[in-house]
Amino acid sequence: MKFPHAFLAFALGAVLAAGPARAVDLSMVSGDTGVGQKVLREILDQYEKKTGNKVTVVPMPPSTTDQFGQYRLWLAAGNSDIDVYQTDVIWAPQLASQLVDLTEATKDVVGAHFPQIIQSQTVDGKLVALPIFTDAPALYYRKDLLDKYGVKLPATWAELADTAKLVMDKERAAGNKDIWGFVFQGNAYEGLTCDALEWVMSNGGGQIVEPDGTISINNPKAAAALEMARGWVGTISPPGVLAYQEEESRGVWQTGNAVFMRNWPYAYSLGESEGSPIKGKFDVTTLPPGSGEGARPAATLGGWNLAVSKYSKNPDAAIELVKWIASPEMQKYRALNASYLPTIQALYDDADIARKQPVIPRWKEVFLNAVPRPSAQAKVRYNEVSSQFWTAVHKTISGEGTAADNLADLEVSLTKLKGAAW
Amino acid sequence: MTSPRRRPQLMRQRARSAWLFLAPMLIVLAAVAGWPLLRTIYFSFTDASLADLEASRWIGFANYFSILQMPSGRVIYDGLLVDPVWWRAVWNTLRFAVISVTCETILGMIVALVLNAEFRGRGIVRAAILIPWTIPTIVSAKMWQWMLNDQFGIINDVLLRLGLISTKIAWTANADTAMFAVLIVDIWKTTPFMALLILAALQMLPQEIFEVAKLDGVSPWRVFWRVTLPLIRPALMVAVIFRGLDALRIFDLIYVLTPNNVQTKSMSVFARENLFEFDKFAYGSAASTLLFAILALLTMLVLWLGRVRLDRGY
Repeated sequence: MKFPHAFLAFALGAVLAAGPARAVDLSMVSGDTGVGQKVLREILDQYEKKTGNKVTVVPMPPSTTDQFGQYRLWLAAGNSDIDVYQTDVIWAPQLASQLVDLTEATKDVVGAHFPQIIQSQTVDGKLVALPIFTDAPALYYRKDLLDKYGVKLPATWAELADTAKLVMDKERAAGNKDIWGFVFQGNAYEGLTCDALEWVMSNGGGQIVEPDGTISINNPKAAAALEMARGWVGTISPPGVLAYQEEESRGVWQTGNAVFMRNWPYAYSLGESEGSPIKGKFDVTTLPPGSGEGARPAATLGGWNLAVSKYSKNPDAAIELVKWIASPEMQKYRALNASYLPTIQALYDDADIARKQPVIPRWKEVFLNAVPRPSAQAKVRYNEVSSQFWTAVHKTISGEGTAADNLADLEVSLTKLKGAAW
Repeated sequence: MTSPRRRPQLMRQRARSAWLFLAPMLIVLAAVAGWPLLRTIYFSFTDASLADLEASRWIGFANYFSILQMPSGRVIYDGLLVDPVWWRAVWNTLRFAVISVTCETILGMIVALVLNAEFRGRGIVRAAILIPWTIPTIVSAKMWQWMLNDQFGIINDVLLRLGLISTKIAWTANADTAMFAVLIVDIWKTTPFMALLILAALQMLPQEIFEVAKLDGVSPWRVFWRVTLPLIRPALMVAVIFRGLDALRIFDLIYVLTPNNVQTKSMSVFARENLFEFDKFAYGSAASTLLFAILALLTMLVLWLGRVRLDRGY
């Protein structure tokens, strides 16, 4: 494998040296799906026209866990085929040593981004990735159905379960046999960590591992939150929700078969697209808080960033590309065409965005409740922490053992994993 | 006096050229199988991390088993050999292998016996039955994932219409049906392979034996147990060993259908997870090494058993 690549690079170098323009070929990976992938291509087309460089997008499976395994492998092998990686917000501490430090090159632009996001991508004073869009989930609801049965928007999780049950039962009685009350992401994967962190956090149960590194997950409020979610499965949520990722839950939602859905902003423009059965029938709001002391609305902070591989042969061109995609103009383009949330603060007051995607300025509110996953605390062990957490949650909501027992076990294994220090 | 001396020389010459002819194959095998295997075994005795493989240090058997004395005086056993997740994966894999290979052998035998008979359109049926085997596993796993989908899947739809189930079943999500779903897909996919191997064995059999048996008025059932089965036994053994080893390495199907379910996580899935997802490259290498050891052991066991019984002249 090495030889043909070296040969190709040599041949390419020879051609480039001979040619007048110093155009380079860049490759980037992206796990975006559907409209996101299309908009990315359009952004890159504009870049190609401006610079004469060529950018190839290598599409990846949408599951962030799958992407991570692949990128890790490529980076460990010192693969120089990929110049730019699209990285999840939680990966920075795990991949930092194999990515280029962007601090110097981006110091003119970082000020415009949300400082929390820049902070999340900074590891030991080194900026490893530049944010291109952020993500915070919201509660999608069918306003036509709530109006039809004269019910209010739920103010807590408990109310949500009641409302969902009521609307679902009445709709089923009216002949809509396939309708369900609430869909979320219940598969055993990173998405379940996001969903369950919201349940626990909004119930005042802490954030699994606190910023100072203490393992806080084994507490009655967290257990109550998981018991609550267990109660949904099979009553207001289809039993299959235990295998749903984002797209499966959107499948149920967008065919008009769910009253509520927890999902990321991408589902908004898809739901409003031509031919969607729920077009004009739904709206979004913040996820509800739990009840009791310490309850607050919570939304897991997601979002994607661009990082430059240490093994790239054209790091300077790659950094320029990253800055181009992350620029305010391109973030605006992405917001207008795919309803992705910008990471540039000023865009939330932008008149065009407010007109064409009225939902985005409102997402600022969701964003204020955003909770980061404990990736900064757990560092290279984050994936294992997350896997143990989602396994405990998945066991609980599938009815294997009580929440209290599973969380007690989780505390033991997390303590073991932590060892002397994270 | 001359001949005994010349013969060894000739033998030596032949042996030399045999080695010469074998060399390319041996070198390739050592490069693509031997070296990676040795590397994996080596890494399983280190604290290697994917972030920097060169910086790994030798830590002996700690990935497999270690005893830690806590400052509080508590003693903790650590390592793969006391990891309940690993043993769960071993159990899942063995259970999967035994059930799937048994079902595939029986079904494959039935299919092969049917195809061995003369009937019109046999060629087409033979080709058609191979289709599941020719579809790449990833593709068929994805296809079944949709068919088994609880809300939109055709399986639930058909079962509902037939009145066999009253509510939609979440096949791959439900802890009780996840393994069942994986088994169904694997059996669907691999039965044709077994059928093909058994059919090949059946067609090698001399027809005279069956004609004689028929003339003697032996019942077909007795012919099958007393004549057919013993005669195709060697070929059947090879097929079963092939499939068994394949089933013990099961990865792709489970990775697509139920990647993180504790109920279906196989040894290979466990190894991959530790190797690439967690920061535990060495631990994953230890799991791969054990997987290799288990496979090697079982192969030797099966071969040895098969040999003993063959020698007894069954």
